[in-house]
Amino acid sequence: MSDKDKIKIENINLYYGDFHALKNINMKIKTNEITAFIGPSGCGKSSLLKSLNRMNDLIEGVKITGRVLLDNIDVYKEMDPTVLRKRVGMVFQKPNPFPMSIYDNVAYGPRTHGIKSKAKLDEIVEQSLNSAAMWNEVKDRLKKNALGLSGGQQQRLCIARAFSVNPEVILLDEPTSALDPISTMKIEDLLTEIKKNYTIIIVTHNMQQATRISDKTGFFLQGEVVEFDKTEKLFSMPKNKKTEDYITGRFG
Amino acid sequence: MDNISKHNNAHEKLMQAIFFLSASVSVIAVIAICLFLFLRGFQAISEIGFSEFILNEKWGPTNVPPSYGILSMIVGSIYVTGGAIILGVPIGLLCAIFLAEFCPPNIYRIVKPAVNLLAGIPSIIYGFFGMQVVVPFVREYFGGNGFSIMSSSIILGIMILPTIITISESSLRSVPESYKEASFGLGATKEETVFRVVVHAAGSGILTSIILGIGRAAGETMAVVMVAGNSAMPLDKIELLRPIRTMTTNIVTEMSYASGLHQLSLIATGAVLFVFIVILNTALSLIKSKSARN
Amino acid sequence: MREVDDEKNLRKRKTVSIALKAAVWFCGILTVGILVYILSFILIRGIPKINMEFLFGEYNSETLSAFSSVVATVEMIVISLLIAVPVGVFCAIYLSEYAKRGNKAVKVIRLAVDTLAGIPSIVYGLFGMIVFVYAFGFKASILSGICTISIMILPVIISSSEEAIKAVPDMYREGSLALGATRLRTVFKVVLPSAMPGILSGIILAIGRIVGESAALIFTSGTNVLKDPTLNLLASQRTLAIHMYMLANEGLPHSRDMAFATGSILILIVFLVNFAATKIAGMFGRLNNE
Repeated sequence: MSDKDKIKIENINLYYGDFHALKNINMKIKTNEITAFIGPSGCGKSSLLKSLNRMNDLIEGVKITGRVLLDNIDVYKEMDPTVLRKRVGMVFQKPNPFPMSIYDNVAYGPRTHGIKSKAKLDEIVEQSLNSAAMWNEVKDRLKKNALGLSGGQQQRLCIARAFSVNPEVILLDEPTSALDPISTMKIEDLLTEIKKNYTIIIVTHNMQQATRISDKTGFFLQGEVVEFDKTEKLFSMPKNKKTEDYITGRFG
Repeated sequence: MDNISKHNNAHEKLMQAIFFLSASVSVIAVIAICLFLFLRGFQAISEIGFSEFILNEKWGPTNVPPSYGILSMIVGSIYVTGGAIILGVPIGLLCAIFLAEFCPPNIYRIVKPAVNLLAGIPSIIYGFFGMQVVVPFVREYFGGNGFSIMSSSIILGIMILPTIITISESSLRSVPESYKEASFGLGATKEETVFRVVVHAAGSGILTSIILGIGRAAGETMAVVMVAGNSAMPLDKIELLRPIRTMTTNIVTEMSYASGLHQLSLIATGAVLFVFIVILNTALSLIKSKSARN
Repeated sequence: MREVDDEKNLRKRKTVSIALKAAVWFCGILTVGILVYILSFILIRGIPKINMEFLFGEYNSETLSAFSSVVATVEMIVISLLIAVPVGVFCAIYLSEYAKRGNKAVKVIRLAVDTLAGIPSIVYGLFGMIVFVYAFGFKASILSGICTISIMILPVIISSSEEAIKAVPDMYREGSLALGATRLRTVFKVVLPSAMPGILSGIILAIGRIVGESAALIFTSGTNVLKDPTLNLLASQRTLAIHMYMLANEGLPHSRDMAFATGSILILIVFLVNFAATKIAGMFGRLNNE
């Protein structure tokens, strides 16, 4: 099971207008692993992440060629984006809870996908918040506005919200860059805890974070994957000179 | 050198005083409007009796003995305003959503100026259009003589469109992109995202637009007077397809020949309308301060 | 979870989404449609009826000439602006350049301006009648109308001026102050000129408001129509909008036709006003972007 390729990225090229942002990317993402994308800003790691659940479709002037396969199904040709995004959830750089109650934030996804029964929704909300390790913190104030939570809590709420539609893959786009170290640690713990149930891809600026939590790491530079390997290997004996320069802090 | 700066200083002081005085004009105007309206209104109400004026449905200032009850006009104003809201809010809100989220730029260049133009058309044109088109239409397809609550509501519903559209659109536009991303990320469609997240997040702005729309509809006079029929109806005779008299049209239909207590009672009608508007304004500033706190 | 998210549910969601999209498109088109219908309804019937007699002839039951109303309307525009523009612009200068942050007076003034903006025309009409017509003894006259409407257009002028002044970049002010100019000089030589297009578009909107106003004028400047239009401010003369109201209410076919004609003139003025205001505001946007 854990050897299965969950996502296959084949010859992906991405253009913003004339700008060639991703160049011929090929990657295989394994089930129940945490894969980290690292690299300097503008290197394309976020763009690639957003091509996996077709969030790039929403940006005008974006052109993508190549294939992304989720369980061997082409997500661009054979899958409705709403179905894809339900299976491939996303957590964003800045915590972005809806200006609604904590409960409604988590219930939004399941409601969207047609669940109406109050009992079922209650169950999903509790489960999702539990998985995000914040049920005990908020169970007494589910009706309170989510914007009243701290930044770290808001981000964990967003993770709970991503869980709520029972995804198979979770994409995280620098989820801790706006958070303090303690909140960051909580989220990292959470990710290592949940990887047994999910396939996780995380974009991060922070190399220590990649070494702490990820199984595989991909290093991106100017729209290309320079190196993609087991995290230990990539950080201890990088094959490529550029990777070595980057992880030893010589540029970027 | 000293002389110049002294001269400058005096100049500066003088102009500053003039600026401040000009700024006070608005305050003085509001105070004067309140003062005179309420003074005269109070005169009328104290003579007629508060409950005789507000809670009595019988209006007959030229009867012997005269009666000065405006309850049916208060109800009339509520009905036509309610009708305007029922028609204008859904259309206006959907149009605002269209402009903010769905409209391609080349069509936006047509619709947006159209909305602005709609805001600039004088009441009298709306009234005349109502008289020539809406009244016959209602008479033909719904019955009655056409001068009715329904015709008034249709015209007012159109008139409040620009208010609803403009303010709702700008509050829809100010909803952060990140909310939409989150919703898309959960697999919602564009429409689900807009209607369940964006509209929700723009709630206080939309509410503001509705309240301003209520104010505009309740205060509108000339357009209504041309389509409402203006008969002061006893409460049990008020119906959708029958003529109606509102507070505003009560003033405008009778002021030209009113005198004495009759005239004062019309001013008092205006004072009641003004109180209503002040309540709406207060609600508005409450919403403003509440959304500012969030 | 899985069992709900079947094909059927997705199809249902897609259908609802398409219906919502259709609804917003419909309402967008409907709004334009209503506008086009109203305008074309009036213009098609009104424009052919406009002639020189009607515009400039002597008023009688035949011509139903609008000349007296045109004169009254122009008088009203010019003099109300002469009163309201300085007061409004100075008020805006006070609010944006002189008042200190969190000043109590500013709060009160803002509240007053907002309140003025929300007061219905008919209430202004009553106020003008009580104060200018009776208390000041101006009787029903252009002057009473002017006084009333000057107050009415204040909020429009104040808010557009304030917005325009606020949009003037601070570096202009700093540049002027750094050269040793006084605050006053900075306001008049630097801030006001750069804010001018915004102020102008506010003034133009105010003109639109004056031209279209009826409820506030019917008891203040009155419904008189004169054979010999006069510039005498103490005479009662109806404006164009009230001319249209009186014609529409006469109920005769000929007066109705001329009501269409008057309506067409009003609409053309509104067109002009909107066009000019957008053009000038657009210029403003460009100026400040440079």
